Amino acid sequence: MADESKPSQEPESTQAEPKGASPAPAPKSAPTPAAPPAPKPGAPSPKAPAPLQIPLDNDLVRRYRARFGAAILDALEDRKQHYLVVDSAQLPEIARYSREDEKFDLLEDYTAVDWPRRDKRFDLIAILYSFPNNIRLRLKIPIAANEHPSSLVDIWPTSDWLEREIFDMFGIEFAGHPGLKRILLPDGWQGHPLQKDYDILQQDTAWVRENLGIDSGQ
Amino acid sequence: MADTVDQDATHSNDTLLGADELILNMGPQHPSTHGVLRVKLKLDGERVRGAECVIGYLHRGVEKIAENRTYQQFAPYVDRMDYVAAISNGLGYCEAVEKLLNVEAPIRAKVIRTILTELQRIASHLVWLGTHALDIGALTPLFYCFREREEILKIFEKYCGARLTTHAFRIGGLQYEAYDDFEKDVERFCKDFERRIQEYVDLLTGNSIWIGRTRNVGVLNAADCIALGATGPILRAAGVKWDLRKAQPYAAYDRYQFEIPTGTNGDTYDRYMVRMEEMRQSRLICLQAIENIPEGPIFGKVGKVIKPAPGEIYHSIEAPKGILGYYVVSDGTVQPYRVRIRPPSFINLQALDKMIRGHLVADVVAVIGTLDIVLGEVDR
Repeated sequence: MADESKPSQEPESTQAEPKGASPAPAPKSAPTPAAPPAPKPGAPSPKAPAPLQIPLDNDLVRRYRARFGAAILDALEDRKQHYLVVDSAQLPEIARYSREDEKFDLLEDYTAVDWPRRDKRFDLIAILYSFPNNIRLRLKIPIAANEHPSSLVDIWPTSDWLEREIFDMFGIEFAGHPGLKRILLPDGWQGHPLQKDYDILQQDTAWVRENLGIDSGQ
Repeated sequence: MADTVDQDATHSNDTLLGADELILNMGPQHPSTHGVLRVKLKLDGERVRGAECVIGYLHRGVEKIAENRTYQQFAPYVDRMDYVAAISNGLGYCEAVEKLLNVEAPIRAKVIRTILTELQRIASHLVWLGTHALDIGALTPLFYCFREREEILKIFEKYCGARLTTHAFRIGGLQYEAYDDFEKDVERFCKDFERRIQEYVDLLTGNSIWIGRTRNVGVLNAADCIALGATGPILRAAGVKWDLRKAQPYAAYDRYQFEIPTGTNGDTYDRYMVRMEEMRQSRLICLQAIENIPEGPIFGKVGKVIKPAPGEIYHSIEAPKGILGYYVVSDGTVQPYRVRIRPPSFINLQALDKMIRGHLVADVVAVIGTLDIVLGEVDR
């Protein structure tokens, strides 16, 4: 499991590149995904601060580990906020346990982050809140680009639209979702804008031409 | 308006339309949808059997824009989500980035932020009340509400030069000191507003038409609220005494006394009562805050270049419409790697289908009004 926990650490080291490649005004034109992580734009800052992500080990984490063992890939604290990195294969069980046993009754938010250079390209981020205990917990679920994580609609109905938005923006398909289709963009749109290789000026030109009768929406 | 052959209107998990079911298309250009919201209503006679929202007409890719701007450059964009409560959006964003930077705004800045945010809550609720009443057929409250809201917008304008999309706060504190008569203006508004609220109460609270149109309409109980993620006044009207300002205080809310109003039935009338009481409570918070605005700096230790250490933060606030959250990931550069906005309107709107099943078509308008959505925030 040691190498399984890597994805959680990697963001901190790899995430600098896509932006460092082309700073301020120039839009991040599709970064060549194969480029080696050469320049480290984070480095120039004079004093390299201590890592803010520290291992977390409290009662809550111990209960999760006791229950799910190796499926809890990592437990970290970042700026006093806690998160668990969990295996997507056990996502429904962990989610159900979170809601029913740990009383995280509110799925406050559910989203994704794209790390194009990583083996497991996406992180799903579930932000849980417990009304009885007044605490939050984040679940971070690394998934591969072609993976179909289980839908959480049965566990938290609110994830219906949230999963549709993730699908719309990142192209992640949820297995078992009752009506997975785009929500913010038009149904026929090609591409998923919050993927890192989708340029900010990019659009579905064919769709725009056909449906709006103009050459460009820009 | 009726569109009987729109087959794609059936949700994919629904069975085929029955012979006596009818799809009625409402919006996107409909005055009572409060923006460009399209609702496909499945009807059985006058009864609503289901509703599917079609949204995204105002989608501007706010989260994508964030990844291509610096932290400061993105701040004005958040005002354009919930544009009737821009100050709340700004507060959430600034506090989120401050947490990411591990800095705090000075106490004076926090107090002024709190005052402005509470005034914004009143202004937002006034827009809700005016338009909600208008949708149901009461014309007069709209004029009264906008009259009072104007006074709040004047305070904003005096403070930062803008009325609607204010960009009032900065990451690290405030750019502007409170102007000379700030306290006086706020006090004058608050003193006056007590009487004004009574005018709305006289118009609506005991009005039998109002009661008839709102009682037992759009009921959402506490369990359903939590399951569907509906927060803010909707959750409180269902009897859950919970408010982020109390549960996890931010800004300067821990300094002030206020009550969390709750309802019992979770219907449209209860949500009306809860929001009315919230306006009174916001007024009290403002009055307490202006009594003693601490002296001191208004800007914390934040440099001109904002470059948070790699990592992530989630911060949420009790916006007028519910939990407004920001999940920000930093890769150590001047631009955020990812900004996710948890929009209360978007998530609350999801409850529409459940709330209007079994009601009449006319109630759809009441329920959209009571959800208090702003499409700029739904679509982002």
